[in-house]
Amino acid sequence: MVSHRNPVICAISLIGNFFCLAALYLLLRAQLLAVLEIAVYAGAIMVLVVFVIMLLNIGEETRTSERFSFRTIVGGVLGFGLLLELLYLFVFTHYTAPPLAMHRDAPLVGTVESMGQALYTQYLFPLQITGVLLLAAVVGAVILAKRRLS
Amino acid sequence: MSVPLPYYLALSAILFTIGVIGVLARRNVIVIFMSIELMLNSVNLTLVAFSAFLGDVAGQALVFFVMAVAAAEAAVGLAIVIAVYRNKQTVHVDDINILKW
Repeated sequence: MVSHRNPVICAISLIGNFFCLAALYLLLRAQLLAVLEIAVYAGAIMVLVVFVIMLLNIGEETRTSERFSFRTIVGGVLGFGLLLELLYLFVFTHYTAPPLAMHRDAPLVGTVESMGQALYTQYLFPLQITGVLLLAAVVGAVILAKRRLS
Repeated sequence: MSVPLPYYLALSAILFTIGVIGVLARRNVIVIFMSIELMLNSVNLTLVAFSAFLGDVAGQALVFFVMAVAAAEAAVGLAIVIAVYRNKQTVHVDDINILKW
């Protein structure tokens, strides 16, 4: 996804990535989140991104003069260091911690019923704040896209 | 028989790293945006995996809120991209320096 220079192909491969993640959520018995992943990410957000790409008529990213620019090298080194660090952590815990099987209540956790139960009782206030946040984001987006920056 | 937890965590780490490399190495604002979405998704995968392995609904509720915030962020960010493109006719981060002085 990050290696292709055409943004449309980047977007389409990211949509494929979202579908794979939704499949993983299903493996983890999170039905509601698997549906939301496809509906919200692959559906809403990526349609917005693809729409903006088409609207702005962005061509391919111009190739830099040198094959490996400073930016690419720094990005690669930092990213690879982060990957090694995280993988070391997980491999280390994998061999020291006792093997953990999936919880026996896992199929009951991801259902719409249990999620709704949690969201509308325990997490009621964050849910409402999220609603306000989305409203503010929509208003801000309309104002930003409408008015010309001076 | 299910996939063990460290495999999910390792996949999540790899996805997050790809996102970080995308943010650091690419110059197109929209691709940087998509890389940020990829990083958010990798963290979501971690949260869902822990939620399933611990049998706790809190992780999945948090993923729900992360998705809502990601949607809000995408809307505002793309509006900013459109506003900047109107002025500067570009989406390359090297050319966008209106906050510098």
